[in-house]
Amino acid sequence: MIDRRHIGTAMPPFTVEVERGRLRFFAKATGQTDPVYTDDEAARAAGHPALPVPPTFLFCLEMDAPNPGAVRERLGLDLRRILHGEQGYTFHRMAYAGERLTFRQRIEDIYDKKGGALEFIVRKTDVTNELGEAVAELRAITVYRNPAS
Amino acid sequence: MTTLPDFATLGVGDELPALDLPPLTRHTLALYCGASGDHNPIHVDIDFAKSAGLPDVIAHGMLSAAWVARVLTDWVPQQAIRSLDVRFAAMTTVGERIRCTGRVTEKLDRAVKVQLTTANSEGAVKLSADAVIAWP
Repeated sequence: MIDRRHIGTAMPPFTVEVERGRLRFFAKATGQTDPVYTDDEAARAAGHPALPVPPTFLFCLEMDAPNPGAVRERLGLDLRRILHGEQGYTFHRMAYAGERLTFRQRIEDIYDKKGGALEFIVRKTDVTNELGEAVAELRAITVYRNPAS
Repeated sequence: MTTLPDFATLGVGDELPALDLPPLTRHTLALYCGASGDHNPIHVDIDFAKSAGLPDVIAHGMLSAAWVARVLTDWVPQQAIRSLDVRFAAMTTVGERIRCTGRVTEKLDRAVKVQLTTANSEGAVKLSADAVIAWP
């Protein structure tokens, strides 16, 4: 069982830059055909100052942490037994290429089901821009499969 | 460029334009691995996938999440999306042809709730999601 004392733990904040090339690469990988996400002119014509960060890419930026496995290592989890159960976002404002975003993660909850066969780790992450404005809140639920004992 | 549909004309049950993806390839998974920064080998390395007890690599759940986000941004400007909550129900595998659909489930004060799913050609649901879209 994962130690429940980790509930409430705030991880050290980190800041990542939104790179224009990564946004274009992400658009290619996800089959994006809307030029607003790949072409600076189209983005500007749609009222954006630069290429916008698409909704789910905030999670990718969260994984650009200096150590993307920091929470997993703190909890002592084996990568092979981890599943991504849920991912949620509340959006407060748009983010754009060239911005530096700060991520503050905390372990919100840990609980189990099926007599401990499955454990659930709830992580919440606040994202702010350089002006300190709230960009989004991310909610991730990781499912951990424990071997039958 | 997407523009907001007229709020007054929207009703519960309205369907969003569906998004049909080509059969999923290993190439797409490799591109998503690099672009997303999710380097978990279970999505691209069949040897690793087998060591985890799977017959083959599995798609990133977040790739499907990106597809349902595309359904939303094809329908409304991204600024109108207030929230998106995705639940991963089943694994998506190489070769599957995924269709992403959405429909309005509730009308609120200058906002709507939308339910989205991704499913393969047999109709097996892989992901379900809820979103809130707001009008100024």
